Amino acid sequence: MPFKRYVEIGRVALVNYGKDYGRLVVIVDVVDQNRALVDAPDMVRGQMNFKRLSLTDIKIDIPRLPKKKSLIAAMEAADVKNKWENSSWGRKLIVQKRRAALNDFDRFKVMLARIKRGGAIQKELAKLKKQNAS
Amino acid sequence: MAAKKAGAKSRNPELIRGIGKYSRSKMYHKRGIWAIKAKHGGSLPRHEPKAAPPKPAAKPPKFYPADDVKTPIPNHRKPKPTKLRPSITPGTVLILLAGRFMGKRVVFLKQLPSGLLLVTGPFKINGVPLRRVNQAYVIGTSTKIDISGVDVEKFDDKYFTKEKKKKTKKSENEFFDARIEETKALPQEKKDDQKAVDTQLIKAIELVPDLKAYLGARFSLRAGMKPHELVF
Repeated sequence: MPFKRYVEIGRVALVNYGKDYGRLVVIVDVVDQNRALVDAPDMVRGQMNFKRLSLTDIKIDIPRLPKKKSLIAAMEAADVKNKWENSSWGRKLIVQKRRAALNDFDRFKVMLARIKRGGAIQKELAKLKKQNAS
Repeated sequence: MAAKKAGAKSRNPELIRGIGKYSRSKMYHKRGIWAIKAKHGGSLPRHEPKAAPPKPAAKPPKFYPADDVKTPIPNHRKPKPTKLRPSITPGTVLILLAGRFMGKRVVFLKQLPSGLLLVTGPFKINGVPLRRVNQAYVIGTSTKIDISGVDVEKFDDKYFTKEKKKKTKKSENEFFDARIEETKALPQEKKDDQKAVDTQLIKAIELVPDLKAYLGARFSLRAGMKPHELVF
């Protein structure tokens, strides 16, 4: 019931609206009740409304308003990229991106693979049912 | 004015459009008109006008129209074949969107001079013969097949025109009988052409796993597929 993900300096968040949609950013300072100063290695530091951010579980250790170099170093030290890509949220996003980029031929191959997998599952199930019945 | 020689450059560089660097008197000197005049005794040389060939005597016309007849404006426009979408290159797999073969995935061979696309199933795989198709009723996928081994030079629009039916006078009885015989069989030559093109293509297709089944299946939209978001 209590909150677990706080807005704090060093909190990693995902942008969920606007030009930078889908980017991982770090909260580097808080401007006022509604806005944060936000930074990422490949982005110019700028303000963003909290409504545009979805907080993640990841937090890095930085002082208020670090220099770009030290921000990048802190992100490397905390291994943000790998932590994100291995988290279930991050993995889901990667799968969504891959599915969206599928070619018409790729979609056909996926369909064949799903049918094949379903067939294998049914075979095993039939085997188990027979074992159970006997 | 005397005709300009090809490659003759102006000796008066342009400062701004319409204004040259040198004045009239300076240009007179630069062009050497004074030297030409001196060579020809004080004035520019004049040549005799070339004798024009004698014009044939025009007869007065027999007929003058009562009202003025407008001469039509000449039209020199030569239509070009339709611009081919950059996603459609020889060997691309296309999805047909309309007609008898709606949804079928076919191989694009070349663009004919009329602008239509020449396309084949291949016939053995999905039943689409060598056929013409309009670019507007086609989706170009990003799947490409190597058709370098296929010779499509001989196909053009004349190959696909319907043969003209010979009109013979029929009596009522004959009319009903003749109707049944109207359906013509495909000439053997066309079947051979189809086979020649297809054998090469099928060899290339079988190199890619699942491609044969892909070409044999029809495309359709399912629930949740948004065409504007699909990548083809």
